Amino acid sequence: MIWARELTKNFGAISAVQGISFEVAKGEIFAFLGPNGAGKTTTIKMLTTLLKPSSGRVELDGLDPATQQQETRKRFGIVFQDSSIDDELTAYENMDFHGVLYKVPKRIRAARIEELLKLFELWDRRDHQVKHFSGGMRRRLEIARGFLHTPKILFLDEPTLGLDPQTRNQLWTHVKRLNETENVTVFLTTHYMEEAERVAHRIAIMDHGRIVAQGSSEELKRQTGTDSLEEAFLALTGTSIREEEGGSIVRMRRMVKLFRR
Amino acid sequence: MNAVYILWLRQLKRYTRSRARVTASLAQPLLFLFALGFGLGPTFQKAGHGNYIQFISPGVIGMTVLFNSMFSGIELIWDRQFGFLKETLVAPVSRLSIMIGRTLGGATTALIQGVIIMGVCTVAGFRVQNLSLLPVAFLFMALIATTFTALGTGIASLLTDFQGFQLVMNLVVMPAFFLSGALFPLGEAPAPIQFIASFDPLSFGVDGLRTALIGVAHFGIPTDLGVLATFTTLFLGFGGYLFSRIQL
Repeated sequence: MIWARELTKNFGAISAVQGISFEVAKGEIFAFLGPNGAGKTTTIKMLTTLLKPSSGRVELDGLDPATQQQETRKRFGIVFQDSSIDDELTAYENMDFHGVLYKVPKRIRAARIEELLKLFELWDRRDHQVKHFSGGMRRRLEIARGFLHTPKILFLDEPTLGLDPQTRNQLWTHVKRLNETENVTVFLTTHYMEEAERVAHRIAIMDHGRIVAQGSSEELKRQTGTDSLEEAFLALTGTSIREEEGGSIVRMRRMVKLFRR
Repeated sequence: MNAVYILWLRQLKRYTRSRARVTASLAQPLLFLFALGFGLGPTFQKAGHGNYIQFISPGVIGMTVLFNSMFSGIELIWDRQFGFLKETLVAPVSRLSIMIGRTLGGATTALIQGVIIMGVCTVAGFRVQNLSLLPVAFLFMALIATTFTALGTGIASLLTDFQGFQLVMNLVVMPAFFLSGALFPLGEAPAPIQFIASFDPLSFGVDGLRTALIGVAHFGIPTDLGVLATFTTLFLGFGGYLFSRIQL
């Protein structure tokens, strides 16, 4: 379903992704693990038509995201790592907007929005503007929105960041159900090893833009001679802490804080 | 088509919900109207050009539409910074329809602002000469709005953060306004100014507005309409192209 060969992305002199290759079968749940700045999000961006690879090849359901963008976009849904909702719109409007863009028929749309907002406990706040939401509520809305249409491939980029255990549980139960009943292929990244172990059929560990190991959680443990995935992860990627660049978005957030009344 | 509509609707909702922005963006044209309109009025009258409020009002309306539409276009940077752009860019709709929806939405809000200012001008003493030509005036406002929202969107597609915003204001918006004949009769201006003005879409927009509203023409409506519509098409193409090439 997803296929990558020698996939590379350079930003000037910096090489974010350095010739990675992997395959995800139809109906598989595939987890990308890696420290901050390993290149996980850049990889997802190349798979989801947001970035063009510097070299190498990718295919999604037999389509090239770099050239057959429109067709590719019909195949997947995505929950982004950082915010992608409109603050000025209400929770319901954000959902509805998504439903229209993804051509979910009106009747089904209304029913599914209600179902999902109730599932993620946002129904009572559906007519409130998102700018009044807490971080956890915003995150829940992003996830609920990601489930509004049923894609062939679902990308989840650190979906559980900042979520409470209840919502995390809801999320993974929902992901597993989609995977089992609708045969949705899932490509996820996370920092929580136990989540990867719980849901993923196969795991790839990425570091400094390369895939350093791939296999099931059992295989990775055996390969590194460790007892837990966490230990295997540390054995493969080392124990030093990675710095991520702040860049313009951080400056921007600061500016906005100045301007907000 | 639905995508165009929902993006248009979103721009409108954002506009009606940010009262602070509505008020703030009316302040500047009011300043021009009152300070210049009343300040220079007597001098203008002595020079034999008649009522300055009458002359400057179409210019101030054009300016309002210019500023608001450019701003709507540039707003794309905010969407990029706050992540909402990603949501629209991965959706299974053509980038062109997203760009068109955004642009029409932004243009509609600019048009509304222009109509509000027209009302304010009337309070200040401005009188529309021929009410039956009012639809023509609205057509020109809509064209100015679409042209500059598309231009703003195109420019914003190239900018990754707000550093470039000031640059656009100083190098595009201000010259477009001051060199358009919004504040002075182009026919009396020195040849170099007239020459530069003939490359400024707003010159034709303001001239069209002025002709429709008070019956004073420099280029004349057919030229105004032809040139402005060409700019609109050109900038929609330009904006659409740059927007479709955005990578995040």
